[in-house]
Amino acid sequence: MTKIVVAVKYVPDATADRNFSADNTVDREGVDGLLSELDEYAVEQALQVVEAGDGEVTVLTVGPEDAADAVRKALQMGADAGVHVQDDAIHGSDAFATSLILAKAIEKLEYDLVFFGMASTDGGLGVVPTLVAERLGLPAVTFASEITVDGDTVKIRRDGDVATQEIEASGKLVVSVTDQTGEARYPSFKGIMAAKKKPVEEWTLEDIGVDASSVGLDNAWTKVESYEPRPPRTAGEIVTDEGDGGAKLVEFLAAKKFV
Amino acid sequence: MTEVLVLIDAPDGKVTKPSLELLTIARRIGEPSAVVFGAADTDTLKQYGAEKIYTYDDSVYADFLVGPKAEALAQLVSETSPAAVLVGASTEGKEISARVALKTESGWISDAVDVQADGDTVTTTQSVFAGNFTVKSQVTKGAPIITVKPNSTTPEAADGAGTVEAKTAEISDAAKTAKVTSTKVKEASGRPELTEAAIVVSGGRGTGGDFTEVEAFADSLGAAVGASRAAVDSGWYPHSFQVGQTGKTVSPQLYVANGISGAIQHRAGMQTSKTIIAINKDDEAPIFELVDFGVVGDLKAVLPQATDEVKKRKG
Ligand SMILES: Cc1cc2nc3c(=O)[nH]c(=O)nc-3n(C[C@H](O)[C@H](O)[C@H](O)COP(=O)(O)OP(=O)(O)OC[C@H]3O[C@@H](n4cnc5c(N)ncnc54)[C@H](O)[C@@H]3O)c2cc1C
Ligand SMILES: Cc1cc2nc3c(=O)[nH]c(=O)nc-3n(C[C@H](O)[C@H](O)[C@H](O)COP(=O)(O)OP(=O)(O)OC[C@H]3O[C@@H](n4cnc5c(N)ncnc54)[C@H](O)[C@@H]3O)c2cc1C
Repeated sequence: MTKIVVAVKYVPDATADRNFSADNTVDREGVDGLLSELDEYAVEQALQVVEAGDGEVTVLTVGPEDAADAVRKALQMGADAGVHVQDDAIHGSDAFATSLILAKAIEKLEYDLVFFGMASTDGGLGVVPTLVAERLGLPAVTFASEITVDGDTVKIRRDGDVATQEIEASGKLVVSVTDQTGEARYPSFKGIMAAKKKPVEEWTLEDIGVDASSVGLDNAWTKVESYEPRPPRTAGEIVTDEGDGGAKLVEFLAAKKFV
Repeated sequence: MTEVLVLIDAPDGKVTKPSLELLTIARRIGEPSAVVFGAADTDTLKQYGAEKIYTYDDSVYADFLVGPKAEALAQLVSETSPAAVLVGASTEGKEISARVALKTESGWISDAVDVQADGDTVTTTQSVFAGNFTVKSQVTKGAPIITVKPNSTTPEAADGAGTVEAKTAEISDAAKTAKVTSTKVKEASGRPELTEAAIVVSGGRGTGGDFTEVEAFADSLGAAVGASRAAVDSGWYPHSFQVGQTGKTVSPQLYVANGISGAIQHRAGMQTSKTIIAINKDDEAPIFELVDFGVVGDLKAVLPQATDEVKKRKG
């Protein structure tokens, strides 16, 4: 019986125009949101571990009302239950406050393993998993590209910057999962129907014992001073190859002193 | 002047170019102190302005993941109260530094492309949302702990005292879990390292699986080779060369995209390149929205000609 909690984030659609709000935080209202694509791989791996043996997958999200959509998508894929932590005080939290909320919520759940995506598709920092592990006092194996669970032992292949590593751990563990682990499944019609009956708990900060003064924009350890859209690129020169495309390209390179 | 701790990356003892950039940036803020796990060429560190060099020599740093390094660095931060801590924006650098920030309750800023100091205030520039916005940030608590992207500045030599101080740290049992049972270093290609290279020449699905022309052009320019995810997923090039959201982020002086359409996830990894060139046979490929120079044509014809032309000019 392996109990897995998967943390999933609700993010603005990356293919839509993303923007900032007046308080320099990400505008999560003006654009459609969805389950961060990279978290689908984490949900998939959790489902596969449970399907190979026996267990339960609970998905956990921290975010505004609409973030429930991310939980629903994971339930449709096959997760068993959901938890949504929502509280007005959370708005504008940095990675550290987010990791605190996630860690406190995870402590309230029964679990053996905690899965994360390798990075969100909005902030994209990729450090929330390691910070949650630090807070829970657990080992973190990040950027896992292959995961096998055998009883109490978890074997992981990890794709680092310069090396591929094999890692072995036992006991409670935090894992972040890359998109190298294999395609995530699409929800089936049956999955979509079944998801409607699955339990989703709504928790506030009080429910998990987090004080509002340790989260949110005013208590963030970093602040965005200003933001600016990138100046539109001046239209580049585009030529059609008529047998001289390569030569023209090198002329450009020479003019720019690359050759 | 206050110390600025710089975490040095030195595979096989050789200090990387991004680490020299960090030493250069550190001098804007205070006195650079290099922090080295394992061996590093201390002469180079000294020549690039390191006043102090803290060295940690223990197998614990290689046998386990980031835990021990983060504990050692956090202890050094508490001991030295630095004006800032600078770390390379690699996956490992981010994890170590974020943990140090949590342990020392300091604000942490990731993926800076510029760092400037005005008195005691350190301001960073980040490029976010696939390069569509430029953001200026500061920390509001503790010493700024900042990860900086490669190619954010040009390394400048400066004479440092280079005083070496061997250090030891208290490593908890908790940091010694999740043992690394084997490590396979990725094969060197003989080309410059992708994230550090001044020029990157990439190939995508449009190569049809044959990277010969892409590699030949890269070699004529002394460039690194990159690949799109479509090329990597097809097994045409190893994953460690993937450029993009789930691959490497590059910001070279010159990026050449060959047979790559320019999907948002690919752009996320290359959009901060200074000059962008694309060769694509579809004149409506989104990559052309980004380019300084584009050739609408078949890469199989354009690249070999360009390679010959570069070789001719170089004599
Ligand atoms: C453009 C941009 C730049 C930023 N820069 C900084 C910075 O430099 N320093 C800083 O401290 N903060 C920064 N932030 C804020 C930070 O991104 C948010 O605080 C965020 O909540 C956590 O970081 P992330 O989205 O990057 O997560 P990542 O660390 O990239 O996410 C990894 C995984 O953690 C899980 N996860 C993350 N957030 C949640 C959630 N809310 N609910 C459930 N699971 C979750 C998911 O599994 C996800 O795949 C930035 C935000 C943006 C949008
Ligand atoms: C969660 C997620 C993460 C992702 N991360 C990444 C990432 O990190 N990096 C990445 O690259 N992608 C990533 N992707 C995939 C991305 O969305 C695109 O699918 C991918 O970038 C497409 O690769 P491509 O441009 O090589 O192929 P295509 O989009 O198929 O484009 C091929 C191009 O080649 C041109 N072409 C064909 N033949 C020739 C020829 N003979 N000469 C010249 N041009 C020719 C075509 O006109 C076309 O424009 C990610 C996707 C998801 C969902």
